[in-house]
Amino acid sequence: MARKRHSLQRGETLAGFLFVSPMLIGVSVLVLLPIIATIILGFADWNFVQGWDGMKWVGIENFKKLLNDPLFIKSVRNTLLFLLTVPIYMIISMLLAILIDKHVYFKSYFKVAYFMPYISMVVAVGVVWQVLFQPSYGPINEILKSIGIANPPKWIADPNFALISIMMISIWISIGFNLIIYIAGLQSIPKDLYEAAEIDGASGWTKFTRITFPLLSPTSFFLMVTGIISTFKVFDLIAVMTQGGPIGSTTMMVWYLYDTAFVNLKIGYASSIASVLFGFVMLITLFQWLAQKKWVNY
Amino acid sequence: MDTISGISWRKAVITGFMFVISILFLLPFIWMLMTSFKMETDVFTYPIQWIPQTWNTVANYKEVWFGDYPFYLYYWNSIKVSIITTMTSCLVSSLAAYGFSKVKFAASQWLFMIVLITYMIPSQAILVPQFILYRNIGLFDSHFGLIVIGSFSVLGTFMLRQFFMGIHQEFIESAKIDGAGHFRIFYSIGLPLVKPAVATYAILRFIWTWNDYQNPLIFLRSDHLYTLPLALQKFTSMSGEFYSLIMAGAVSAILPLVIVFVIGQKSVIEGIALGGVKG
Repeated sequence: MARKRHSLQRGETLAGFLFVSPMLIGVSVLVLLPIIATIILGFADWNFVQGWDGMKWVGIENFKKLLNDPLFIKSVRNTLLFLLTVPIYMIISMLLAILIDKHVYFKSYFKVAYFMPYISMVVAVGVVWQVLFQPSYGPINEILKSIGIANPPKWIADPNFALISIMMISIWISIGFNLIIYIAGLQSIPKDLYEAAEIDGASGWTKFTRITFPLLSPTSFFLMVTGIISTFKVFDLIAVMTQGGPIGSTTMMVWYLYDTAFVNLKIGYASSIASVLFGFVMLITLFQWLAQKKWVNY
Repeated sequence: MDTISGISWRKAVITGFMFVISILFLLPFIWMLMTSFKMETDVFTYPIQWIPQTWNTVANYKEVWFGDYPFYLYYWNSIKVSIITTMTSCLVSSLAAYGFSKVKFAASQWLFMIVLITYMIPSQAILVPQFILYRNIGLFDSHFGLIVIGSFSVLGTFMLRQFFMGIHQEFIESAKIDGAGHFRIFYSIGLPLVKPAVATYAILRFIWTWNDYQNPLIFLRSDHLYTLPLALQKFTSMSGEFYSLIMAGAVSAILPLVIVFVIGQKSVIEGIALGGVKG
């Protein structure tokens, strides 16, 4: 009997491994090995064109160099500035979600309309915005001139405006996703809470601050964390619209990493940037684990 | 309250207000579509012609699809890569999802943890070693390599696992007593029950693969292998100032997505909401 159970368990284990092995092999070869390689390569000085022999171990030299690299510092600063988009699109999405959830007709039209930028190809919308933002004859500046603004900004061509322009587009893209998650969050709030509040004569504002907002906190927290992580990964928009320019004003960590590795072919240095990026994301994830219990009402 | 025959005026006013805002979200798309129908000389006329004065639709789209930089080729590439990636990813993910939820084996918990941790890793942080690996095993500059990299999505496993967990264990147990093995159970009980979830994931995976810019950028070199995002960007830099053509290209690139999205709208939105997923 015991032996039979033993062999049954062996059969289960075998079946289990067979089911998960394609995924495990893929993930190990394509993700786990590369992350280890990235961390190791971060301590080397190596250029793509040199071949394996050209690799030199330099210890933490790359990381020291990063701290004194103005372009890297700028890319970190821009990435951190870009984080400002997260609360902005969260607030807008929450308001739109509340209105769509209860106060409008044709709900599904609104969901689709606000969702369009999110599902569209970044290259396509990037190209459109590039033309819309065209400084001298683009539609946006034509409109601004016609309503009396004589010197409208040059948008992505102006180092002072480029990052803000990209941030605006990023907000426009992100609202759809956040909105959908907020609507799902709103629908999970029990209706009788609002009924009870109504009996007590609570105003709309009180209902929002005492019921809706606190009960949405798990959703908000989730969106904040995924939003912060995705900010660290913004790449397509920069690659399509500005390539980090003008004069480095829109360079972000991921863009700088790409530029260092695949344009300047400095593998070791790029890997140390990747390690720092990886560290940032791990820190945020860790923070999420720790803060979850304290911040969020479940 | 302030309702006349079931219509609330307050709600109607808010609907109107939201409609105006929604137009702001759609305006760039409308501009793109209308520009793609125009003569090049009319693109930047002001006030903006929302309805083109002279239509140049056929000539524009003909140039984009069959001109020097033919979109039909990139369409074919995109369709091929997106469909095969979607299928393999669904297969690999649903197998793993079943294994992690319905087969009881000792290592299951921590193997799942490992898979989950890899989800946190930004794809850009591992591009360099992936690139080196691809160069050395001959997957570089091929559609096959692109499909391989898109097929192992932790996200799919995670999403589908949630749904497999919803299947009662009794189903599995009674099938086992009837003598069915796990593969049989997976195929004839598990998959049919989670079919809607797999369909939702398939639509999402298709959209993400169709839109993917980063992987083709890194792992493809030859022009004739380009998928639409790369092709569109190359087309843009080559066409320079021909904005009507560029917009015809952009419309062509996102049109299939809009169709897939409008058809699968409900399941896409529900899938996003349920899984809380971010491509």
